[in-house]
Amino acid sequence: MSRQKTILFACGTGIATSTAVNVAVTEEMKKRGLTFNAQQAKATEVPGLADNVDFIVATTPISASVTKPVIKGLAFLTGIGKDKILDEIEAQLRK
Amino acid sequence: MPDGLMQLLDPEAIVLGSDASTNEEIIRILAGRLEMLGYVKSSYADAVVRRELTIPTGLPLERPDNVAVPHTDPKHVLKPGIAMGTLKQPVTFANMEDPDEMLPVGFVFLLAINDKDKQIEALQAVMAIIQNPQALDGLRSARTLEDVRAVLG
Repeated sequence: MSRQKTILFACGTGIATSTAVNVAVTEEMKKRGLTFNAQQAKATEVPGLADNVDFIVATTPISASVTKPVIKGLAFLTGIGKDKILDEIEAQLRK
Repeated sequence: MPDGLMQLLDPEAIVLGSDASTNEEIIRILAGRLEMLGYVKSSYADAVVRRELTIPTGLPLERPDNVAVPHTDPKHVLKPGIAMGTLKQPVTFANMEDPDEMLPVGFVFLLAINDKDKQIEALQAVMAIIQNPQALDGLRSARTLEDVRAVLG
């Protein structure tokens, strides 16, 4: 596989829900044999950090100025539609 | 049920069947408990209420009584803790992912978080409750701390 990818996990404070999503994605991707570098940030910090990551998983809206792929992470909090989002993340990691 | 939640959920910060009619009201009731119990600074309640206006925390669960997880910047937190409120009648919170959408919320977990690495288990425990419809149904009918313990383990 190509180099290890970096996912930026974002939420309002960069500490609460992005942590829960980061842990959930890390566990699920490990089951699928995938690892990645993880960063966490506040949603407002994403435009300044996006250049250095491969894609973003966010529980809050992200500025439209960000050109990297943004995957909605709320499913990891609600449990609804989680498998579909996991498939999207896996596809991004395998790119 | 993971036991991480009862570690951080202070029994004295549990409010069951609240009559609060707005999200601000239930946030202030729960924040008042956390402040009285020494978890947060006096600035915490205002900070959470203000943040909820711009970065809302309602989670859509496709239920008539959804969940909200209000919280704010760690600088207002003295030590980690969680307050929980259930509402007699749902109050409105905006959807975290789509702030234009309003959700009826029946359960509020007010989070005082200041160290993400040490509070992962508690966060996961909250998420496990949110994703467990039977647990939420159990909390909705809980009237005593014993009822809550029976649901949360």
